[in-house]
Amino acid sequence: MGNATMAIVQDTDVLTTAAPKRRLTMSQRESAWGLFFLSPWLIGLALFTAIPMIVSFALSFTDFNLLTPGSTKFVGIDNYLRMFSDRATTDSFLVTVKFAVLGVPLTIFLALGIAILVNQRLLIGKRVFRTFFFMPVQIPLVASTIIWIDFLNGQTGWLKFILEGIAHPLGSLISVVPGLGGVGTEFQNYLAPDWFNSTTWAVPGLVLIGVWGIGNMMLIFLAGLQAVPTELYEAARVDGAGPWSQFLHVTLPMISPVFFYNLLLNIIGAAQYFTQVYVIAGPLGNPDHQTFVYNLNLYNEAWTYNHMGYGCALAWLMFVIILGISVALFRTSARWVFYAGGDR
Amino acid sequence: MTHIATPVETGARTVRQRRARRLGSQLSVTVFAGALCFLFILPLIYMLSASLSDPAMASVPDKPLWPAIEEMVDYTDPSTGRVSHLVVYDVPELGGDWALLERKIDAPSTFVNPTTGEIKTATVNTFGLKPLWKFYVTFDNFTSAWNQIEPNYVSLFKNTLIIAIFGTIGATLSAIIVAYGFARFRIPGRDGLFLVLIGTIMLPFQVVLIPQFILFHAIGWTPSLLPLIVPHYFANAYNVFLLRQYFLTLPRELDEAAMMDGASPFRVLTSVIIPQSWPAIIAVVLFHFFFAWNDFLGPLIYTTGNEDLWPIAVGLQTFNTTYRNAGAPTTIQAGALISLIVPVAIFFVAQRVFMRGVVISGVEK
Repeated sequence: MGNATMAIVQDTDVLTTAAPKRRLTMSQRESAWGLFFLSPWLIGLALFTAIPMIVSFALSFTDFNLLTPGSTKFVGIDNYLRMFSDRATTDSFLVTVKFAVLGVPLTIFLALGIAILVNQRLLIGKRVFRTFFFMPVQIPLVASTIIWIDFLNGQTGWLKFILEGIAHPLGSLISVVPGLGGVGTEFQNYLAPDWFNSTTWAVPGLVLIGVWGIGNMMLIFLAGLQAVPTELYEAARVDGAGPWSQFLHVTLPMISPVFFYNLLLNIIGAAQYFTQVYVIAGPLGNPDHQTFVYNLNLYNEAWTYNHMGYGCALAWLMFVIILGISVALFRTSARWVFYAGGDR
Repeated sequence: MTHIATPVETGARTVRQRRARRLGSQLSVTVFAGALCFLFILPLIYMLSASLSDPAMASVPDKPLWPAIEEMVDYTDPSTGRVSHLVVYDVPELGGDWALLERKIDAPSTFVNPTTGEIKTATVNTFGLKPLWKFYVTFDNFTSAWNQIEPNYVSLFKNTLIIAIFGTIGATLSAIIVAYGFARFRIPGRDGLFLVLIGTIMLPFQVVLIPQFILFHAIGWTPSLLPLIVPHYFANAYNVFLLRQYFLTLPRELDEAAMMDGASPFRVLTSVIIPQSWPAIIAVVLFHFFFAWNDFLGPLIYTTGNEDLWPIAVGLQTFNTTYRNAGAPTTIQAGALISLIVPVAIFFVAQRVFMRGVVISGVEK
């Protein structure tokens, strides 16, 4: 009897719990497989990101030096204090800020402008134009920088011929106007800058090279523009909105998430700027340290002078600043970034 | 009758007018875009022109923008029989083109007519004369760049290809596997992990650069190419993101059908997911290949001290600093041109896949 009841109980047990039990093992198996597939990334994350970050943070409080690692001493926050009194660091910080302030807005709006242009209904041969505006990004960075060094050369560079070729005849035209002779002469005598040998024009020269690299941003803006539903434009037109008003009240809000993404990546890119300036200006940021960006300083400290502890501190300062800017952008984004559907 | 004809006629005219106006605005937009695009690719035209130009002409003022040399003529002195190589100038004082035989300052200089051999003298500021230019292309710059670059192009390209090919294999395989894990498997804490993945895109690599260098130094991998290849076998966030977005758009029914037939998750990946995802996978392949061809700071740090390990980016940079002060930009431009032929050719062949890949990874956020 006892056995029979047991069997019955067991039977109902099987009936009621078998299915959920099976699902449990299946989901366990699923997550085991999932973790197996994620494992390359998880191992890499630990090995090449998480542990190095911890080590870097720890080293930033030491005077670690690769040649004599045995004599490493804990120096507290000395490395961080040193940044404020170290002219090279404060100057390099300001150069990077100057580069970002000039370059980020210019490249973003230019990328948006060109995206709008190559999205124009009226443009013939859109695909060809998109390819050519995008192409410079794909030229190896060192090679494209070398092209620009000579293209901007103050004696034989083509930009000089273009600028002076526009300014000089324009000056002759202006001088014909009575009372504007002085302005005309000034245009006639205009001398194009010798970009990378001039303390004033070196950073704007870097910005100009940056303009050549807007291809990625342009494509992302383009995709954003194409994702705007045409009904919105039709509705705006019915309400009597002109092209400018449509752009301001339909296009801009609809592409604001893409704008936000481009802005964030562009700022991070400006903070990490290195290769072009190293090729043009060398490790010292010629002329007269005017192009001595933050990462040149970091590179010199860590690899030329072997101050790796200080180098880690510099890297962490940059990380904290980028993080701060990102957080600030995300905070303000609620006010100006519009997510269609409103589910974010 | 006239009452009916008139509206038809004006209707036809307005249609034609509208079509003409549309064509007009199409043309003006296209011309504007064309001009802008021309400015955009002008540096490339410069490189082409400079690298084909005679290096001796590079520093001559007022040289035309196309590859050109000064027009020269051989003149045989009738009395001595000596042959001299003379530059032909446009001499307005003598009316026409004359070769400068003898230059005198503050006295009449001697000129020879290049066709008739007639000799004339004139008091001219010979330094203000404009030479005649003729179109002239030389490939000498390419041979000198090829011969001068340290250590040599074969070694530079070999190293670049090793880094690019082995790195691309690792980056692509690992990204496919990890993206599959994120797209198809319910794992506790998956969304949190995915946020971490996105976060690493924004992490400046400088933060981990020094400890990574110390690590590779400690295990004896510096200088070597391994630090530029091996880390890519552990999936890059950008590529994973791109592939995951693509995998999510694939219908699950096919996976499930394969599972029903007893396929393992690995089998589903290789015979269901991958065959549907070639556009995205090729985009990842191209991204990494171009990244590897472009990367400069990594090779700079990991190959210093051994030029036999240099990839093209480091070799070209060194070539530029060595020869920039020695003069000829023409040679350096030729050197740059040699180094960009392969990536630019690949770009033009695969540009559509490539540009779609940028869009997938950028917009889907």
